[in-house]
Amino acid sequence: MRGEVAAKLAKLGTDEQRLLRPLVETSRGFYLVAGGLGVIALWGLFAYYLQVRYGLGRTGLNRPEYWGIYIIDFVFFIGISHAGTLISAILRVSKAEWRRAITRSAEFITVLVLGFGAIQPIVDLGRPDRLLNVIFHAQLRSPLLWDVISIGLYFTASTIYLYIPMIPDLAIIRDSGIKAPWLYRMLAAGYQDTPTQRARLERVIGVLAIAVIPIAVSVHTIIGWIFAMTLRPMWHSTIFGPYFVMGAIYSGIAAILIAMTILRRAYGLEQYFKEIHFDYMGRLLLLFSLLWFYFTFAEYLTAFYGGEPSEMRTFWAKVAGPFAIPFWTMVATCFVIPLALMSRPSMRTPRGTLIAGISVVIGMWLERFNIVVPTSVNPRWEMEAGGHYFPSWVELSIMAGTFAAFILLYMLATKFFPIISIWEIKEGREQSVREVSERVAGYLPEHAPVLAGD
Amino acid sequence: MTRWGMVIDLDRCTGCGACEVACKSENNVATVPPDQSDMGRTLAWMKVMTEVEGEFPDTSMRFVPRPCMHCDNPPCVRVCPVAATYINDEGVVGQIYPRCIGCRYCANACPYTVKYFNWFPPEWPESERAYLNPDVSVRSNGVIEKCTFCHHRLQAARETARAEDRQLREEDYQPACVEICPTRAIVFGDLDNPAHRVSQLRHDARATRMLEDLGTEPKVYYLQPRI
Repeated sequence: MRGEVAAKLAKLGTDEQRLLRPLVETSRGFYLVAGGLGVIALWGLFAYYLQVRYGLGRTGLNRPEYWGIYIIDFVFFIGISHAGTLISAILRVSKAEWRRAITRSAEFITVLVLGFGAIQPIVDLGRPDRLLNVIFHAQLRSPLLWDVISIGLYFTASTIYLYIPMIPDLAIIRDSGIKAPWLYRMLAAGYQDTPTQRARLERVIGVLAIAVIPIAVSVHTIIGWIFAMTLRPMWHSTIFGPYFVMGAIYSGIAAILIAMTILRRAYGLEQYFKEIHFDYMGRLLLLFSLLWFYFTFAEYLTAFYGGEPSEMRTFWAKVAGPFAIPFWTMVATCFVIPLALMSRPSMRTPRGTLIAGISVVIGMWLERFNIVVPTSVNPRWEMEAGGHYFPSWVELSIMAGTFAAFILLYMLATKFFPIISIWEIKEGREQSVREVSERVAGYLPEHAPVLAGD
Repeated sequence: MTRWGMVIDLDRCTGCGACEVACKSENNVATVPPDQSDMGRTLAWMKVMTEVEGEFPDTSMRFVPRPCMHCDNPPCVRVCPVAATYINDEGVVGQIYPRCIGCRYCANACPYTVKYFNWFPPEWPESERAYLNPDVSVRSNGVIEKCTFCHHRLQAARETARAEDRQLREEDYQPACVEICPTRAIVFGDLDNPAHRVSQLRHDARATRMLEDLGTEPKVYYLQPRI
């Protein structure tokens, strides 16, 4: 860090100093990790070039296994994207004060991972050059088109929802002059933190937080509907909309926990991501592991009890057939492990939640695999031979490249934007402590004097 | 209104596979190399499905030729995001190759698995190349293709009928698989025209349709074997 920047930083308050340090100070480890991720991302890009040049034949896809890794990743990434916007909006609307340190890092996950999720179906297209036909020849009866609309809306809304609450922080950076003054002058949009501006900002955030919830719910519902609207065994299920939304939030919470643990260690944010935050997020994870079990059990029991032959072929392929390993690993990683860990208070620590979070992220990827592939390879018509699927190195490279590019972009974002909201922390310190005590007092009965003679 | 449809008599089918070959050459269906075929990437708009019944030595083989069912209520048409797959006024389900974006949603939605994808640019052996049918467009890499009931033959038949100033006759328009079938197991015509054989045969006691309970209203009927 250069002397003048250090001097400028030293002039700021403690919160600003701590939270803006990553913007001006970059360790060697950061460059090493970023370089490694960059190489993987470029490798993925090269694999995609081969696929575009020679055709989707470079994948392991076939008939009837039409959808594979790309569609699994699509559902998975969009699921993770429910981390930020939805959780931050729900915590904001419900006035959960412990959210203050978490929301920003979560909202960044949403916006970045959403972009990478949205390109997956495009990577999956046989003719990506004709992508705009989706607009020119839009056919509104297709659930894919509903998806284009809802993801477009969600991306717009969550980007605004990330940006608006960041404006006061951008103004702080602008005023401090520690980094690229022209950039932050533009981004801060003339914000001066006057009482009027602050009041307007809070009102807009309040409206956005509410508006973004139904949009987020619609996104994963419609992704579930892409499958549910077909007549395929174990896809054609009314539970899919809510099941997908629940799974999305579950994987989102897990992703935030992983990000929080890494950020905490990398940037020394122990003062902000406290044990209590991991405890609370761990409880949320526990709740969702139970919900996940409830939904999954309901889905499989209904299929099993009905016993329709075409459904049962797919059912047994998952439970005790070629997909038994991914299926039972999913049950272990989505339910058994997080439940066992998170139901013990001693494990709701950064380390414990990290393990549970990684387990759930793996499990939720497997869940999408178990939805997409076993149904695909078991067509409804019994005379049709079953298919098989083994992803090619091209598919796996593109998948690795996407993960790497997302993490890289997230790392870069922490170098330009404070990953914890400075003004919201300060607001918490200066106002909310008092407001919350008043609010709690307001919940209680009036302290009426006892009448004589009672 | 005309509703083109097909009746396949499973008692007459010997499983010779002539319909598959005729279809392939009539419609310029690409030839797939053996390694690709092993991966399950063969294209066959008409395919003779086989099923072994019974325990050895008392086994018998069942053959079911399978073209596109040309459903009156086609699940593939509903899900296409760009209206590349459509059903026309006469009930033929078609595919607009230059519009298809290759998302394969229709292929997943079809309960009969009769939509085929071009995983690579189409190829033909040198000997076949000279005999491509000029009436049928060659598909490009990355699009879905399917049986069209040899719709190009209808256009040709209509033009001939018009030139000869007469009505279209039943025998004027017959798909390649119907024409080639040595046992005349496949019958084709207007399901709603009482004069056509298909409209009589589809009321036969043996007539069924595949996965009828899905409500897709397929226009291909099968006459079940008597034994």
